[in-house]
Amino acid sequence: MTQATLAELMIVAASECWRGDGEVLASGIGIVPRLGASLAKLTHTPELLMTDSETFLVSEPIPLGPRGDYQPRYEGYMSFDRVFECVWGGLRHAMIGPTQIDRWGQTNLSVVGGSYDKPKTAILGVRGLPGNSINHANSLFVPNHGPRVFVAGEVDMVSGVGYKPERWLPGMKQDYVDLRRIVTDLCVMDFGGPDHAIRVRSLHPGVSFEQVQAATGFPVLAAPDLHETLLPTDEQLAIIARLDPHRLRATVIKNDPPAIKAAA
Amino acid sequence: MALNKQRSAAEVVAQLRSGMTIGIGGWGPRRKPMTLVRELLRSDVRDLTVVSYGGPEVGMLCAAGKVRKLVYGFVTMDAIPLEPYFRKAREAGQIEVMELDEGMFEWGLRAAGMRMSFLPTRVGLATDVLARNPQIKTITSPYDDGEVYVAMPALKLDAALLHVNDADRWGNTLITAHDPLFDNLFARAADACYVSCERLHDKLELDAATARFNLFERYLVRGVVHAPGGAHPTYNSPDYGWDMDHLKRYNASATEEGGWARYVADYVDVSEAQYQEKAGGLARITQLKPPVF
Repeated sequence: MTQATLAELMIVAASECWRGDGEVLASGIGIVPRLGASLAKLTHTPELLMTDSETFLVSEPIPLGPRGDYQPRYEGYMSFDRVFECVWGGLRHAMIGPTQIDRWGQTNLSVVGGSYDKPKTAILGVRGLPGNSINHANSLFVPNHGPRVFVAGEVDMVSGVGYKPERWLPGMKQDYVDLRRIVTDLCVMDFGGPDHAIRVRSLHPGVSFEQVQAATGFPVLAAPDLHETLLPTDEQLAIIARLDPHRLRATVIKNDPPAIKAAA
Repeated sequence: MALNKQRSAAEVVAQLRSGMTIGIGGWGPRRKPMTLVRELLRSDVRDLTVVSYGGPEVGMLCAAGKVRKLVYGFVTMDAIPLEPYFRKAREAGQIEVMELDEGMFEWGLRAAGMRMSFLPTRVGLATDVLARNPQIKTITSPYDDGEVYVAMPALKLDAALLHVNDADRWGNTLITAHDPLFDNLFARAADACYVSCERLHDKLELDAATARFNLFERYLVRGVVHAPGGAHPTYNSPDYGWDMDHLKRYNASATEEGGWARYVADYVDVSEAQYQEKAGGLARITQLKPPVF
């Protein structure tokens, strides 16, 4: 009987997003996405390129946090300037956690509420989302699946592009938009419905489709092969433990719940 | 005749005027020219358009009421994701903004450095970056593809402020940081570029391997300020790390009654030598451990 946590299950689900990508730069921003990308590289997709989350390409994912006498194994260079070149060339698959996501896959990391000139909450700014979203594959990470993240209308400041037809005027090239999956604390979703509608691919153990729908501000579909999200294997858990020796993953979800909810 | 571009921080800031557009090098809490920024905070200069991959310097300039308009892609201190004084200014509607994708921002600097009015890019299409910046136009490819691009306008700077690892009196610079960021583009985009440096040399005498750390030409550099510890409290790779204790105190001050006034009294309305003393001394600053990511 596995003792995996929900965060560990999400790390494995995140890792699946990069399966079969081959030689692209895997950029997992944040604890779960980074561990997911690292797990992908160490298991099913070793061809992935990865950085030390600062400036260098590494041939082996580096553990999170203080790492004692661990020596990174550098294989190349990836300054911010190079990252932009990579982004514009399209050979990257990033996973980030936006503040808002809408039914078209548009994302927001800029401002929420109020007006644009006087927002209720200023966050970071659009950062690299416009460029990432229009150039290469992207997956999304949501540790708090709810209607404040998955909003009913459009996101408050469209930072990352999505599949809303009205946003794409004649001549604008949409071909490189490639939204893959959304890993949340309730489920894994994709954009495989009609006109890229969001579908639930798998439900985490103990979560119902109705629960996901109730926590989402717009209608979601069920994928035909809707199933339960796979639990981490012992091998995956061992790798995750090695990559995250300080258990930073325990801070991602409140109270670090188990992957399988305790029976009521 | 030997050139000598060495200036004091005060002499550099004396060249800046209210209403100017000023680019600040670095990225978030990395290699910000903080000695120069602190001198700017002490000055009467105001109504600035600040162009920056923003870190704490943006928050400080906002808190001091120096910023009329901010051109940015983000403002963050990384480990403290939300910059408190930027948020306050932004949420109060106190500053005009031109919010851009990080890459559009780079393109704007490149265009300025190449003396172009714009550079085309796909980035920004189908987002609210265009909706919120109606001055940014699109352009149709004149070739058979007919693709529509964003015409990212040049981000021309009156002045750029940078912090580098090494420099000489001629204006030669070395950025030995693991990531040189986009300081070279700020230097090219500006009418006048001023650098502060950890180590000032009379004349750099370099081997070929080291010379590759020279990323822009000295003819771009108007003034050189010797400012050891001059990026504090930001991360100056490979010389020293960021000062998270200081950044936390700065961050906390934003939620305290009179917090900014107290920060100013403690860390701005003092000489740079007193500043460093309050920050634990230059020896402590230059031994701050680099962050682990």
